[in-house]
Amino acid sequence: MEAAVFLLFGLVALVSAIMVVAHRNPVYATMSLVVTLVATAVLFVLLGSPFLAALQILLYTGAILVLFLFVIMLLNIGRERPSGARTTAQTWGSVLLALLLAGSLCRLLWDAHSDSVPAPLEVQFTSLRGVSDLLFSTYLLPFEMIGLLLLVAVVAASWVARRAEGEPPVDPEEERP
Amino acid sequence: MSVPISGYLLLAAVLFAIGVIGALTRRSGIAIFLSIELMLNAANLTLAAYSRLLGDRAGQMVIFFALAVAAAEAAVGLALFIGIYRLRRTIDVNRLNLMRW
Amino acid sequence: MSPSALALAAMMALWLSALLAVAPFMLWFERRAPAFMQDRLGPNRVGPLGLIQGIADAVKFIFKEEFTPASADRPLFLLAPILALIPALTTYLVIPFGPEVEIAGHRLNLVVVDSDSGVLLFLALASLGVYALVLAGYSSNNKYSLMGSIRASAQMVSYELALTTAVVCALIPAGSLNLSEIVDYQRAHLWQALTQPVGLLVFLVAAFAETNRLPFDLPEAESELVAGYLTEYGGLRWAMFFMGEYMSMTTLSALCVTLYFGGWTLPFADFGGLPGLAQAAIGFTVLVAKIFLFLFLFVWVRWTFPRFRYDQLMRLGWKALLPLAVLQFVVTAALTIAGVL
Repeated sequence: MEAAVFLLFGLVALVSAIMVVAHRNPVYATMSLVVTLVATAVLFVLLGSPFLAALQILLYTGAILVLFLFVIMLLNIGRERPSGARTTAQTWGSVLLALLLAGSLCRLLWDAHSDSVPAPLEVQFTSLRGVSDLLFSTYLLPFEMIGLLLLVAVVAASWVARRAEGEPPVDPEEERP
Repeated sequence: MSVPISGYLLLAAVLFAIGVIGALTRRSGIAIFLSIELMLNAANLTLAAYSRLLGDRAGQMVIFFALAVAAAEAAVGLALFIGIYRLRRTIDVNRLNLMRW
Repeated sequence: MSPSALALAAMMALWLSALLAVAPFMLWFERRAPAFMQDRLGPNRVGPLGLIQGIADAVKFIFKEEFTPASADRPLFLLAPILALIPALTTYLVIPFGPEVEIAGHRLNLVVVDSDSGVLLFLALASLGVYALVLAGYSSNNKYSLMGSIRASAQMVSYELALTTAVVCALIPAGSLNLSEIVDYQRAHLWQALTQPVGLLVFLVAAFAETNRLPFDLPEAESELVAGYLTEYGGLRWAMFFMGEYMSMTTLSALCVTLYFGGWTLPFADFGGLPGLAQAAIGFTVLVAKIFLFLFLFVWVRWTFPRFRYDQLMRLGWKALLPLAVLQFVVTAALTIAGVL
């Protein structure tokens, strides 16, 4: 049963990840990333972290990718123009590099963990109480710092994206250089 | 039948590599950003797999913080895109070469 | 089929039939109730008391011509109405409708997904509703649709914050994200509507904004942006958006009832002694009755208040509701630590 779910959602995650990097239309790429993240959330549940799965859907797909879509619609980012001949070498070079990376990672991981057996799953691991106990005891300082980081990010984002006084709003239909 | 942990780790490695291809090949800034998010997601999956393997909840904690940091980074990054677009009317990274040698 | 799988299937079937019946019912109720409020009759020709009106409307939608604009983004245009249904059809899974009962020799908890992070799952699945609006507006290739959809999604995301903070306040005294435990807490103590009135108010206002109902329905208002993100949709696709809206209303009301009004429990009646199936039936009926009261509230408010302007709407969400919710959070946390709650 677990194998069936893993195979299905792993395949979904792979296919939509390829769509993310391959599709020229940014909106389609973002929606493919939504599918990838939801599939990964299911894999989180299989790995015993239902809390993180819910958080991933709530934060990542429910907020961050919506923000992506907003910016894409605001700036009217159209289909990506195809690369010229000069960049084909760059494309193939990076594909080769990534394949090399994937190959070496897979080889390393397979050698190390092909017969690793996970520790028995205890209630403490998956329960919310376990997560919150850790979060508010050992990891209290990082938790508070994350709060500060988010505040800084909010202020920074609203400052960088502000419109200077007197400046006209961004007009996406203006002629692009 | 249970899935071996190596399955999750290999999947995460492949997702990461796909993200690397996207980050290196695409011209649009948004697409590069999406590939980076994909890489972050793959790293989270690896962390979750190792957390399960070792029975150590520290991995779950790191994922929690990584999610929050990814949110902050996405917000600031997209704000930067808006700022750049306002100045240069383009998101194409081949054209945003003002600081190149 | 194993007994637990059978039980799950039965509970899901029960919930789904209730949810799918909501749309035709609301189509009728939404015209009859305000008619009485406005001293007129409303639809009373189709069937007894006009009850078949909803089904007649549904049949009409099926027969209408389906029109896709030529320059619209076809796959996304067709996907958006389906996405509108997904949050509503998944969030009911965590709402409990009865205690732990014994039916035919098996003990089962009367909730489809008895999760430790039930509330979080609800909020996560509800937050996926934004995509329907965003994609509908974007794919229509229409200025008014795009504006309506950006406004609608910005509104939904902003009020999600206030909603989530109000929900967190309701969780603090019970100390759990499991909705069954929250209902059990309310059985032992007072209903949380009485102990957290400000949180309830914030929740209700945010729920109105989340479901794009008046007074927050600017994005889909007919007199404003044509019909906002719904402009290019007709017939069955439009009906799917509205079914999604009504079902979201129902599930958000169910969450409100569970968090603030004791869920499936009745304040002074304890029907624990009855057989399992009877307890399930009574619990479900009580829950449905309370949800119906909230649906009436939704309809009542819709036909009473004028519409908010968009900047007033955003100002309300960020500058009024969010600070109120945080205030409630501080008060509730202090009271819980002091042992009062």
